[in-house]
Amino acid sequence: MDNSKISHHISEQFNIELEDIRNKVLIMGGLVEQQIELSVEAYTSGNIELAEQVIKQDDEVDELEMSIDQECTQILALRQPTAFDLRMLMAVIKIIHEIERVGDKAQRIAEMAIKLVGVESRFPHHELEHMAELVQGMLHDALDAFARMTLEDVPSITERDENVDREYDNILRQLITRMMEDPRNITRTLDVLWTVRALERIGDHACYICEHLVYMIKGEDVRHLSQEELEKRVNVPR
Amino acid sequence: MTAQHEVRTHAINMSSVLRDKGNQNGHNETCIKVENLNLFYGEKQALYNINMEMPKKKVTAYIGPSGCGKSTLLRCINRMNDLVDSARIDGSILLDDENIYDKAVNVAALRRRVGMVFQKPNPFPKSIFENVAYGLRIQGVNDKRILEETVENALRGAALWDEMKDRLKDNALGISGGQQQRLVIARAIAIEPEVLLLDEPASALDPISTLKIEELINELKEKYTIVIVTHNMQQAARVSDFTAFMYMGELIEMGATSELFTNPVKKQTEDYITGRYG
Repeated sequence: MDNSKISHHISEQFNIELEDIRNKVLIMGGLVEQQIELSVEAYTSGNIELAEQVIKQDDEVDELEMSIDQECTQILALRQPTAFDLRMLMAVIKIIHEIERVGDKAQRIAEMAIKLVGVESRFPHHELEHMAELVQGMLHDALDAFARMTLEDVPSITERDENVDREYDNILRQLITRMMEDPRNITRTLDVLWTVRALERIGDHACYICEHLVYMIKGEDVRHLSQEELEKRVNVPR
Repeated sequence: MTAQHEVRTHAINMSSVLRDKGNQNGHNETCIKVENLNLFYGEKQALYNINMEMPKKKVTAYIGPSGCGKSTLLRCINRMNDLVDSARIDGSILLDDENIYDKAVNVAALRRRVGMVFQKPNPFPKSIFENVAYGLRIQGVNDKRILEETVENALRGAALWDEMKDRLKDNALGISGGQQQRLVIARAIAIEPEVLLLDEPASALDPISTLKIEELINELKEKYTIVIVTHNMQQAARVSDFTAFMYMGELIEMGATSELFTNPVKKQTEDYITGRYG
């Protein structure tokens, strides 16, 4: 793991503080990744215990978010960081917010899993699982890019979000058809829709993490840009 | 200059930065332009081929480690280095397009246009009034009304009038360090210079006095072009519009302060401002 970007301060204590923040972000990311995996499994298998575990785990994620936030504020107040250090702290504050939101989405999926237990036609799991795989991959790679502090994979991560959106539209169409076929399905189908929607949002959050990462490493604000423009900015050498 | 130094020397093109900044703020005229400046103290070269432009009515800060040449460069702007016997300079510094190192330049007249304030407040052992009036007196102004008016304006300009108006006859050495430093600034602006050079103006002051000086700098830039040398990077970040980072006698990077502190271009700058060893 390349940590030259956050080390080499004259103040060894500062190196330790930044390293600690990075580690905590990665722990938080790992927890949330696990939450998604368990919640999807709970949903497809109808395992209530798993779903409850996901919901419980969310408290841990929330606590980590607050603790990292606190550490970042401390450093801002006490060390008046500049340049990369400043950008890293600003980015981390935003990234952990995204991660926390992903955790909430996993919790949502878990809640739907509990609600839909025993319901016959939850939905062809196949599409939903495929979508989950896509967004899990995106989140994993975004966190990996953060850990390595490199941007080479960023364009490919954000590009994949288009597939997620396509998959989402596809599932949405099927759900609408089902609701039209039999209005008695509407309540349950809406629950399925919330689940799919949560997955779609996880993909968005993975993209936002990438954007914050670009700011952190290059100092470029690439939010609200098209995929094409983002690729261009990421690939321009500094 | 050795080949190695030539490679390491960066001629920094500020015009595009200034243009960008100027677009935001309306205008940006160059006040001081340093061209290919080299300075030697005897055998030792202290400044290597410095090129930079400092815009009018803006604050430019020089930062860098001790001995990097920032004070030396500052002192070049009002030819204080002339007082150092071993100092030798080549290159030029243009003040409003006029080379201040031209033989025809009257150094005393130059220093009236380019005032300077030092790290340690250095008021004269005279009354507060006489300290501020000093510059005018040596120019032969003795009209009481003009002196009173100028002293009041200068003290107001230095944010000191309210504190000092009832004690103008007191000895200047009896006021606090922070007040002394503002008094010295009042003395400098009483003769209405174009440029103010501040060499670590707040490093000997407490935090409140420091903030007052910083606030003052912010007000003074309405009228004067200010160049400040400071070891306190947060201070440079707070008060300046442009920052120049110097290292071992070279100008490494100069740019808009907001950019330089969030996203510096050169690694040396990044290492210095983030407190890393290079």
